[in-house]
Amino acid sequence: MNAINAPSWIAVGRVADIPARGARVVRAPGGDIAVFRTGTDEVFALRDRCPHGAGPLSNGIVHGRSVTCPLHGMVFDLESGRTAGPDACTATSVPVRVVDGVIQIANPAFAEAAGA
Amino acid sequence: MTKERLVVIGNGMAGIRTVEELLARAPDRYAITVFGAEPHPNYNRIMLSPVLAGEKTFDQIVLNDRAWYEDHGITLHTGERVETVDRAARTVTAVSGRSVAYDTLLIATGSDPFILPVPGRDLPGVVGFRDLADVEAMLATAKPGAHAVVIGGGLLGLEAANGLRVHGMEVTVVHLMATLMERQLDEAAGWLLQRELEGRGIRVLTGATTEAILGSDGVRAVKLADGRELPADLVVMAVGIRPNTALGRAAGLTVNRGIVVDDGMVTSDPAVFAVGECVEHRGQTYGLVAPLWDMARVCADRLAGVAGSAYTGTVTATRLKVTGVEVFSAGTFSAEGTEDIVLRDAARGVYKRVVLKDDRVVGAVLYGDTADGSRFFQLMKDGEDVAAVRDSLIFGQGAGAGARDPFAAVAALPDTAEICGCNGVCKGTIVTAIREKGCASVDDVRTHTKASASCGTCTGLVESLLALTLGDGYVAETGAKPMCKCTHHTHDDVRRLIVARGLKSIPEVMQTLEWTTPEGCASCRPALNYYLLCAWPGEYADDGQSRFVNERVHANIQKDGTFSVVPRMWGGLTNPRELRAIADVADKFAIPTIKVTGGQRIDLLGAKKEDLPAIWADLNAAGMVSGHAYGKALRTVKTCVGSEWCRFGTQASMAMGVKLEQMTWGTWTPHKFKMAVSGCPRNCAEATIKDLGVIAVDSGWEIHVGGNGGIKVRVTDLLCKVETEEELLEYTGAFLQLYREEARYLERTAPWIERVGIDHVRDRLFDAASRKSLHARFLHSQVFMQDDPWAERAAAAVDAHEFRPLANLTRYAAAAE
Repeated sequence: MNAINAPSWIAVGRVADIPARGARVVRAPGGDIAVFRTGTDEVFALRDRCPHGAGPLSNGIVHGRSVTCPLHGMVFDLESGRTAGPDACTATSVPVRVVDGVIQIANPAFAEAAGA
Repeated sequence: MTKERLVVIGNGMAGIRTVEELLARAPDRYAITVFGAEPHPNYNRIMLSPVLAGEKTFDQIVLNDRAWYEDHGITLHTGERVETVDRAARTVTAVSGRSVAYDTLLIATGSDPFILPVPGRDLPGVVGFRDLADVEAMLATAKPGAHAVVIGGGLLGLEAANGLRVHGMEVTVVHLMATLMERQLDEAAGWLLQRELEGRGIRVLTGATTEAILGSDGVRAVKLADGRELPADLVVMAVGIRPNTALGRAAGLTVNRGIVVDDGMVTSDPAVFAVGECVEHRGQTYGLVAPLWDMARVCADRLAGVAGSAYTGTVTATRLKVTGVEVFSAGTFSAEGTEDIVLRDAARGVYKRVVLKDDRVVGAVLYGDTADGSRFFQLMKDGEDVAAVRDSLIFGQGAGAGARDPFAAVAALPDTAEICGCNGVCKGTIVTAIREKGCASVDDVRTHTKASASCGTCTGLVESLLALTLGDGYVAETGAKPMCKCTHHTHDDVRRLIVARGLKSIPEVMQTLEWTTPEGCASCRPALNYYLLCAWPGEYADDGQSRFVNERVHANIQKDGTFSVVPRMWGGLTNPRELRAIADVADKFAIPTIKVTGGQRIDLLGAKKEDLPAIWADLNAAGMVSGHAYGKALRTVKTCVGSEWCRFGTQASMAMGVKLEQMTWGTWTPHKFKMAVSGCPRNCAEATIKDLGVIAVDSGWEIHVGGNGGIKVRVTDLLCKVETEEELLEYTGAFLQLYREEARYLERTAPWIERVGIDHVRDRLFDAASRKSLHARFLHSQVFMQDDPWAERAAAAVDAHEFRPLANLTRYAAAAE
């Protein structure tokens, strides 16, 4: 627990800073994180690298609770990071929460360590 | 040998169908002259409703264009009403004074709308619903919020009411009887129909008698017998039709309600035939299309010298042509000694009633689900004993045998069963065309038989016949497939309905067309965004979140997530200032790769997303704008050096390329669109594998379209040759607009032209009015498109969120170590 001094949740911006059915990037120690806002204002976060071809998911089209990767069109579930279909793979989820309209993600250093 | 002279009075569906049938039997026997009172070529009158509703254009309902008349050596006089027939001298004389002699005369003057003899019936603003002029008059008045009163709640009246409502008018239907379409529908179906129309915002007054039409300079209101006054800017009289017999009567032919004909379609004068809605046969007159076809066949037989062919009357069926309302009716439902079988499914809004007499079908009314209409109609015409299948009759073919086999119903139909009611094509004809003419697609069948060429409701039946006849050899067409898994509508249906129903946003399309997913998918959203953008230029607000990343950030995403930047170089031309700016940008932003593209542009590869606005700012400063290398858009105009430098060049191809690119840049298209201009037939700009290629010749420019150098190479079709620059620009704009309006999203021009045929493109572009109108629509759309998207983002910070990270947390890296 060497990240003990850093806060466990870090504010990265407001929900309104992301267009509905869109995404923005958060630069983070372990690599970029894509933060998504759905049409119903739910917020999710995935590592901005699809496990299939390292596609930047933050550039994909968001529909429902899914994002379509801009490189090869794989569709990822925003909550679980999983794809459906034969070549299923899973993008890494990043814990995220919204408090009073402010998006907070789990301390990326901590998340990276936990995910490793 | 001189040909016999056949004169046809009436350029409508009955007259021309007879001519077509005659040409099929005896192509060289007659010298044919046709007089039409309307100024148009022959069109499909029953499709006026979709034209009024904006679902089809007039061009799409033309049955025979002028070229057809020429090709068959037919002399056509349009806009010339025939005033007199001199049967003794065997001549006819038109209003223009033109007089033509005949050996045989065919009268096909059709019918006129019946105008109620009420005060005010002659006021401006009172129209019938019978020809294109009526539709144009209605459209001229049809403004959102204006009031229309439709007198008559029958087939025509309701189609008119729906069409006017689609244009946003406040529509009231005034109907004398207690329920709508009472001649075709029973009370239950009439009520369901009324409820549906009221749901669309049409007010329906039944049991209402029109007493007068009020107004001084023009119509102001309709007064009912009970004293109510209905405000009206437009009154449509649709209470019925009556045979147009004036000419026949004046010529001294025997006339009752219609011009009396015998079973051979011969009038009281053996040299004079008559067909269509103007005739009375065995005491009957007709107002539907199917009898016309039967009459035309018999008349053509007789004209071709086939004796014994006889018309014995037609049993008719009716379908209402109101999008989204399925109504079918045939036969009787109120005769003595009949029994009913009724099925109701309120949740689905389905009502079916089959009327039996002595175990035979004598009538059917279907509302909400009309799939079995053809089958019931056939059982009725054949007088087949249905006692054995009575239990399951109402459920449709194959009911009770588990899942319904869509082919079973079609397979069970006899060869004589009518598949296409509009054009009178039966199953046997279609199957023969598939087996013997090698028809392998719906379009092939359309071309050979006309089946499904008019209203299109039988397209599914034609597909089933293709599948049944060809078995595994039939590959269903992509066109009939839904757009994506979010909808059952095809691309073409969605486009049509967006325009017809005035749908102006993606959520509105999804709601109205019953999308099965809450907000679509990555496949349908960009398509809808494009269709809306094309349909409502200047009005629709582009939805960036429904665009692929390239079009959202105006650069091409690469495999590593970086982007490539291609500035526009008009016609492939550049200069030192631009080149210096490009070199400076490459240095400043550490661009790893610079590549010259196939479209004569310079591509800067490996740019970081957050650098894009700054890169664009620098390029803008040197006078360059977006090259749209990232979009389903006008990409490039490639040129050779042409007569400015080349020893062989015949025209200034570079200058022309620049002009074309300046007119067309910025437009969004169904898929990418590339052009080229070659200065001589050596064609160094490779114009014959472009979406639109121009090749200079001594006397002007050849325009080639539909080429592609991609996976499947396709050489262009030669569209035409033009002499002047103005013509070239007009054809180019018109072609682009036709492609923009008609191709499916992500369909390049090559497959589009393979699908619709180059002749279709020629038809739309060779008609000057059609071409000018397309070009005008293109230029109008360009008014909203020719703003440089790079400048908006570089200088005005449009969509800044696309390029800036939401937050930078890399500082926490230290804390983690």
